[in-house]
Amino acid sequence: MTTLATPPQHPKRTWWTKSRRDELNGWLFVLPWLLGLIVFTAGPMLFSLYAGFTRYNITTAPEWIGLQNYQAIVQDDFFWKALYNTFWMVIVKTPLVLLLSLGIALLLNVEMPGEKFFRSIIYFPNVLSGIAAVFLWKWILAPNGLFNRGLEFFGISGPGWFVDPTWTKPGMVIMGMWWIGGGILIYLAALKGIPRALYEAAELDGATQWRRTLHITLPLLTPAIFFEIVTNIIGTFQIFTTAYVLSGTDAATGGPGQSMLFYVLYLYNRAFGRVGPAGFQMGYASALAWILFVIILLITLIQLALANRWVYYESEG
Amino acid sequence: MQNTAVGPVEQLRAPSAPKERRRTRKQFTLGKLLAWLVLAGLAILWLAPLAWMISTSLKTPQDLFGYNWIPNPVAWANYIDAFSFGMWGRWGINTFVITIISMTGVIFSSAMVAYSFARLRWRARDQVFKLVLATMMLPSVVTLIPQFILFAKLPAFGLQGSAVWVNTFLPLTVPAFTANAFYIFLLRQFMRGIPMELTEAAKIDGASEFRVWRSIIIPLSKPALAAIAIFAFQGAWQDFMGPLIYLQSERLYTLQIGLRQYEFAFGGSPAWNWLMAASLIVMLPVLLIFLAFQRYFIEGVTITGMGGR
Repeated sequence: MTTLATPPQHPKRTWWTKSRRDELNGWLFVLPWLLGLIVFTAGPMLFSLYAGFTRYNITTAPEWIGLQNYQAIVQDDFFWKALYNTFWMVIVKTPLVLLLSLGIALLLNVEMPGEKFFRSIIYFPNVLSGIAAVFLWKWILAPNGLFNRGLEFFGISGPGWFVDPTWTKPGMVIMGMWWIGGGILIYLAALKGIPRALYEAAELDGATQWRRTLHITLPLLTPAIFFEIVTNIIGTFQIFTTAYVLSGTDAATGGPGQSMLFYVLYLYNRAFGRVGPAGFQMGYASALAWILFVIILLITLIQLALANRWVYYESEG
Repeated sequence: MQNTAVGPVEQLRAPSAPKERRRTRKQFTLGKLLAWLVLAGLAILWLAPLAWMISTSLKTPQDLFGYNWIPNPVAWANYIDAFSFGMWGRWGINTFVITIISMTGVIFSSAMVAYSFARLRWRARDQVFKLVLATMMLPSVVTLIPQFILFAKLPAFGLQGSAVWVNTFLPLTVPAFTANAFYIFLLRQFMRGIPMELTEAAKIDGASEFRVWRSIIIPLSKPALAAIAIFAFQGAWQDFMGPLIYLQSERLYTLQIGLRQYEFAFGGSPAWNWLMAASLIVMLPVLLIFLAFQRYFIEGVTITGMGGR
């Protein structure tokens, strides 16, 4: 890279112009990313598109079987169960996360003593992404755990959470609320960016606090809300570690009553031969991955198409 | 997306509120008191799991299913016993090595790529940058399987006793050297704020782009690089899926994989006090770094939109 040293003056050279040099430098500096895109992203993606039409256990060459994987998937009960569980999570968790994080962000936006302290406390679980935190919640939501003990105070006898098939996913939703701090920070940044003058003008016009929130704050927050919904949904579709750790020894079947068999967990189980035929099933798993990719892509595109109906973009200034 | 006309240091801050905010009346109202009380309640709720974790980690098995917050007696020995089986020393070193290498890789490569997007002029630049942004939306699950296949085929020539990349640290470290879209985005925003005159002068004096990058841009980007360093640390230290898939020999495990042994060692019912003690120790570096560098975390999230999870 140091050979790129450019001598100050070479006015005679006409082919090695400044713009050509700039062009070369530009590409050289993005080279690490470009190589990664080709070797670790685009290349593998294309290969898996092909692998989805084969039977492939890594040790022997892929055997072309046409659409057989996709036909088998459509008739695979585990696939439908995994899809159901994943969609359940997306549909239930996304709005709850949205409402709760918006509410807390609005509270944190009030100027008061300790606002920075509260912000840090609400955010800190987001730095804990490892399995240690999952174990912690498995312990808290144990049938005789701290959470159910708390419910007893309100006269509620808590369910078995991660041991009872009907309560595993609600348990995961409760647990997920610990990690909404990242989204809250995004909303908070958007809130702080709203010019004070807008509120003052509305106040002069006699608008109530509620109307100001509804007609100024919310519209100006919609870009952040949109961003959060899109990324949250993409994230929820890819739940793995939580489901894997919570289902523990039952991870191969997706926990009690397959209630935590989420899509990526099933894909992992298939790929590494924990369910179905023994050995790697990379062809089948590749087909599963592409189906999920298309689902996520479609949902994101639909959201983008719907965005201009409700997302408010300030004109570029 | 963000305002880029301000200086680099201001820029790492959350998109700044206009100065006029400051002159809001600092008045005590009932509404404020209510908001404060709700937040204080939430803060207690948010801290309770961590407090319970500490409490559990210090309990004896007899005390374990009681609901007392103060362990009675305090079983400090848990912190020794929890690490008495398994190769914890080894796993700690492994985690440390993988984290340091991948952190270094992702910081340097992202800083290079970001420099090109922020300060070099070339024709396809804006289109390529859009491609970078598009990959941020790409679900990583689509590359999971084919990457595994790739690493199961690439020869490692006996490194760490393996013929292929699988079951070595290579799959967990080498891809980090190809930069990360979120970090590129954050650094680009930051580098665009560094005044052009600073680098133009050096270029007129004959400095190469690489020298300008190395001697001017990198030192001036330290706040943004620090933000990235702690995100990268947190991500690599706590990665679970990567080591789960790629590391098969026990001697190569990371701490995250090591924690799993408590689950299977006691016939389905974990020794919660030991598990919580070990989990706390594994979490500790991340918690300490968060406490020390909160500002960078919070500002980094605001700029890139990385929610953590």
